[in-house]
Amino acid sequence: MTDQLSAVFAALADPTRRDLVARLAAGDSTVGELAAPYDVSVQAVSKHLQVLERAGLVSKGRDAQRRPVHLEAEVFDLMTKWIERYQRQAEERYQRLDAVLADMQDDTQHDRQRQQPEEGTAS
Amino acid sequence: MTSTSTVTTGERITTARIEADPSIPAIRMTRDFAATPEQLFRAHTDQDLFARWVGPDGMDMQITDWDARTGGSWAYTAGSGEDSYGFHGCFHEVRNDRIVQTFTFDGEPDGVALETLTFEDLGDGRTRLHALSLCDSFEGRDAWLRSGMEVGVNEGYAKLDSLLADGAV
Repeated sequence: MTDQLSAVFAALADPTRRDLVARLAAGDSTVGELAAPYDVSVQAVSKHLQVLERAGLVSKGRDAQRRPVHLEAEVFDLMTKWIERYQRQAEERYQRLDAVLADMQDDTQHDRQRQQPEEGTAS
Repeated sequence: MTSTSTVTTGERITTARIEADPSIPAIRMTRDFAATPEQLFRAHTDQDLFARWVGPDGMDMQITDWDARTGGSWAYTAGSGEDSYGFHGCFHEVRNDRIVQTFTFDGEPDGVALETLTFEDLGDGRTRLHALSLCDSFEGRDAWLRSGMEVGVNEGYAKLDSLLADGAV
């Protein structure tokens, strides 16, 4: 199972493949359409798509003529979950920081109260 | 100091907001605190204060190196025994309104992120923390995001397992 996860990350580590994914997010495209803006062969783009397909990120349509490439959105839901989880952990950390800051506030107030009678004396 | 504050009654960011940039390998976080920029700065630079909030809940934190000055360095370990994780880095710049530091996970010594923390005075005893972590690769950034899952390993992978079992992936 974790191998599949690694495959997803490895697939997304390449800038061309990230770009392909970003463009597929807008809608299905054929390999030819995907290859058009790049200065590389359709074959090279096909190879990138194979990596994405093996990672489960894209699939090829059944339309025999066009075989449009389709983005599998579920995988990105998974990434959203990673971000949500990361967000929760950050929020837990910041709530601890809230508590520390509240303590600092109290300390400052106590210090002021303690210092007040001594005002004017050299320290 | 009687300047009538012209703070736009903008929205409060009371829970951490996180953004993973699609075009650069960065994570941005924003969060408001009921404290002055000076207090927030101290909570980030005073070793004892920092140790009280930085580590994950229920994990031991051991700060092994701490010199929060421009050109200084830091290191800490979270957890204990085999379940401990070390981190270290340098303080590139420590200024009242801004801290720039490097961040390396000891288990991945070639990876380094550049963190920029900015304390924005909201003018009403509140301060907005902006934290930008710029990683050196998308792979590194995503591994970092994913590490959030690995802390609670089973829960995360259980979800993935069921997704895979469903044939969704």
